Amino acid sequence: MQRFRTLAFAAVLALAAPAASLAAGGGPAPPAQSWSFGGLFGTFDRASAQRGFQVYKEVCAACHAMKQLAYRNLADIGLSDAEIRAIAADIQVTDGPNDEGEMFERPGRPSDRFRSPFPNEKAARAVNNGAYPVDLSLIIKARPHGADYLYALLTGYKDEPPPGVPVMEGMHYNEWFPGHWIAMGRPLNDDQVTFADGTPATTEQMARDVTTFLAWAAEPELEQRRAMGVRAILFLIVLAGMTYGVKRKIWADLKH
Amino acid sequence: MVGLHKSEFKNPVVRWIDQRLPIPSLLQKEYAQFPTPKNFNYFWNFGALAMVNLVIMIVTGIFLAMHYTPHTAYAFDSVERIMRDVNYGWLLRYIHMNGASMFFIVVYIHIFRGLYYGSYKAPRELLWMLGVVILLLMMATAFMGYVLPWGQMSFWGATVITNLFSAIPIVGPDIVVWLWGGFSVDNPTLNRFFSLHYLLPFVIVGVVFLHVVALHITGSNNPLGIEPKGPQDTIPFHPYYTIKDTFGLCIYLIVFAFLVFFAPNFLGHPDNYIPANPLVTPAHIVPEWYFLPFYAILRAVPDKLGGVLLMFGSILILFVLPWLDTSPVRSMRFRPLARPFFWMFVISCVVLGYAGAMPAEGIWVTISRVGTAYYFMYFLVILPLLGKLERPLPLPDSIAAPVLRGGGPIPAGAAAKPMEKA
Repeated sequence: MQRFRTLAFAAVLALAAPAASLAAGGGPAPPAQSWSFGGLFGTFDRASAQRGFQVYKEVCAACHAMKQLAYRNLADIGLSDAEIRAIAADIQVTDGPNDEGEMFERPGRPSDRFRSPFPNEKAARAVNNGAYPVDLSLIIKARPHGADYLYALLTGYKDEPPPGVPVMEGMHYNEWFPGHWIAMGRPLNDDQVTFADGTPATTEQMARDVTTFLAWAAEPELEQRRAMGVRAILFLIVLAGMTYGVKRKIWADLKH
Repeated sequence: MVGLHKSEFKNPVVRWIDQRLPIPSLLQKEYAQFPTPKNFNYFWNFGALAMVNLVIMIVTGIFLAMHYTPHTAYAFDSVERIMRDVNYGWLLRYIHMNGASMFFIVVYIHIFRGLYYGSYKAPRELLWMLGVVILLLMMATAFMGYVLPWGQMSFWGATVITNLFSAIPIVGPDIVVWLWGGFSVDNPTLNRFFSLHYLLPFVIVGVVFLHVVALHITGSNNPLGIEPKGPQDTIPFHPYYTIKDTFGLCIYLIVFAFLVFFAPNFLGHPDNYIPANPLVTPAHIVPEWYFLPFYAILRAVPDKLGGVLLMFGSILILFVLPWLDTSPVRSMRFRPLARPFFWMFVISCVVLGYAGAMPAEGIWVTISRVGTAYYFMYFLVILPLLGKLERPLPLPDSIAAPVLRGGGPIPAGAAAKPMEKA
């Protein structure tokens, strides 16, 4: 009975926790996808993340910044030093002031942050029909259902709204966007990019790849974190077992 | 009397220090020999766990503060820099972030343990009240800490909570401006919250010290709720409870590590990874999970001032609990009538937490109101009345008695009697 009560107590407290995550939800959950980085031990599929970077660079980056990332970070998803230098050198960065007090343009370096497409939010809104393309650095962590939501959003565009839903001028109908009308037009169309590794660039494939890339961008520490977690928890389980043995031994001399 | 302390330590260095500053003697008396009831269950681990958790929070917090920038324009990015560029910064931050949740889990279990076993009753009233002070300080610290990353929930949580003070008649709006240091939550607010978030943990350390001193005067309560009658009822704290606490600590660290390494954002809110934007209000503003029951109480009342009063009242009522509970029997083990009411109280807290996470509309308002009503009824009506109406089970003669008999039936000789004078 005593044990049961202890368990009941623990169960009640354990039940209290999911209430918090429920609060984060809202709306129906997008279909769960199988991700290379999913589960407890998943890791980022490097090839997919690299293709995803290509999709970001050639499609998303036209409007969306990723200011938390630097080009040097791309080494994490397997790009070589030379590739990173080449990618960085493709952009022009305003630096300075120099010794004459002038600002000047120079090619990008691996240490530079990803170039933002717009100088500020007002400029971004001015050319995007008043909408602000959000920074994508943390998008997977900043949306309920993270990767599943983004994949559903990117593949959830409908040419026509369902019958009876009034059309909103300048907006696009998306099955998964909260409120359904999204300012961003369908960003991905079949064969929009050409993957160097020959992977067919279907909308689904591009959505999957760019989501993998953005998941890495949001949590670049994920693989190191999980690897360390496995070691930490195994160590703690062994330590707990040994401590319990010592506890039994010490308490053995008490008469009960 | 002036003169050197009489030290019993053999080691010349320890002895030399002990004679002049008898901290070794104090530790020997209070942490090694300290007579402790021999019948603790694992719920008695949680005080020690809370202490460890406090240390973890302070240590990780100090290192985070070395890299954090308390400015509205830089706070969010500086946290991201900690996550991405500071060596093991993600580890520090995830430990600190989830450490706050672990701290509340541990402290809530510690409090419910006190409620179940009557640890707040004479002579431990002041010990209990100091604990309530610690809880209030923890809440203030956690709230201000959540504002620091300057995400959407940080900003809007701060706006909602500071605005509560505007419910105070006449001076309310002025107090809010004074708290903000301006006319909205802005840079001065963030600056002062950072300053106080760094200060309050050390105030907590001070009150924890008093909490422990008070504990060492009255001694610990135990699952039977009867005082130890002699040496046969107690064991020295070391090694028996040091090792038992260490084992509990390992289990606690496993749970903690699982959160940090495998589900670091499970208890958080996705909106806090969106930089604060005063022009965009999130669809649902919710506090961190550990405030949800109180948030539900706040929203259960249609009147703003009434809601604020009830919310603060729900914690302040704990201060007078030792005098609201009229039963002389401490442990619920011997209070058959009180026990179901206690578990309903636990359920009401969980239900309030759940309702606090839901939008304040429809059925959730009703549920919050029922939960709130029961929460206050438990303290104001049920506990005072039960003491008069209930016929407690007979208490055992001593802690050793039932322990030696393997917890079997209590002999007929053990007559029903209220708690011995302690």
